[in-house]
Amino acid sequence: MRPVFFIPLALFLFFAGLAGYMLANGRFEAVPSHMVNKPLPEFTLPPAVDGLPGTSRADFIGGKPKLLNVWASWCLPCIAEAPQLEALKEEGVEIIGIAIRDKPEDVGDFLNRYGNPYTRIGADDISQLQIEIGAAGVPETFVIDAKGNIRHQHIGDIRASDVPKLLQILEDVQ
Amino acid sequence: MIRTVLLMLAIIAAPLSAQDTMPPAPYAYTQLEDPALEAKATELMSTLRCLKCQSQAINDSDAPMAGDMRHQVRTKILAGEEPEAIRAWLVDRYGDYVSYQPEVSSTTWPLFAVPALLILVALLILLRRVGKRRMEGDE
Repeated sequence: MRPVFFIPLALFLFFAGLAGYMLANGRFEAVPSHMVNKPLPEFTLPPAVDGLPGTSRADFIGGKPKLLNVWASWCLPCIAEAPQLEALKEEGVEIIGIAIRDKPEDVGDFLNRYGNPYTRIGADDISQLQIEIGAAGVPETFVIDAKGNIRHQHIGDIRASDVPKLLQILEDVQ
Repeated sequence: MIRTVLLMLAIIAAPLSAQDTMPPAPYAYTQLEDPALEAKATELMSTLRCLKCQSQAINDSDAPMAGDMRHQVRTKILAGEEPEAIRAWLVDRYGDYVSYQPEVSSTTWPLFAVPALLILVALLILLRRVGKRRMEGDE
């Protein structure tokens, strides 16, 4: 047999191996937003809970860069990131929340239990702003500069090690 | 310790409990009144990928976010937008990932080029062999 006859077999084995490898290493596919480095779209959302105002695009304009935190009271990783949001707030970062498909009483319960790092929370009952800014799930956190541009997206809960990174990014986009 | 274990269990159980109790968006499960418009919307929705379930179209998924995406699609269709414009609007936000419609782009062109190339190579080999045999036959 000429060696050239083994090329198809080798190719087949290569692809079978590749398929097996990819199947075995099931990876988490995060869907990055393509809205990073684009302006935050125009929006107005009503308050999500008694005692805190709702929010609109105008709240992000001027002052220092802010965080836009997409979350929900029914979202468990959001509980895990609560202490980190608190830490960011203590560093003087303004965090504006967007509550996805949430009830005012549930939002209130969550804040009572895990603390309130937010200055405002807008209620997004039909994921409108979430889709508008290309967020695929909860929680996701966006860095918005003082001109109202989206500068960074953090997918998933903020871990302790992410806090300095986010502070650096907030500094950099100033 | 127990709290840690419970929290870990809760995180494992997240997909089960990550259900909100809000009613779905108006057009999540309600068809458009005009059958022609609804057909347009359905055709588009069956080629848009659900971001939470990842292997389903938003048309086939009961994930709340898929419902909210259906609401967006139907509302925009009702407002007179063209399906391809709505697809482009979503691709602007989530990239090609959100669309099941194959597009030739800088990353996908080999998918289209390689089969064409293989057919060409196969044809060339075939022609050469047939040609050889013909010549041998002539002798």
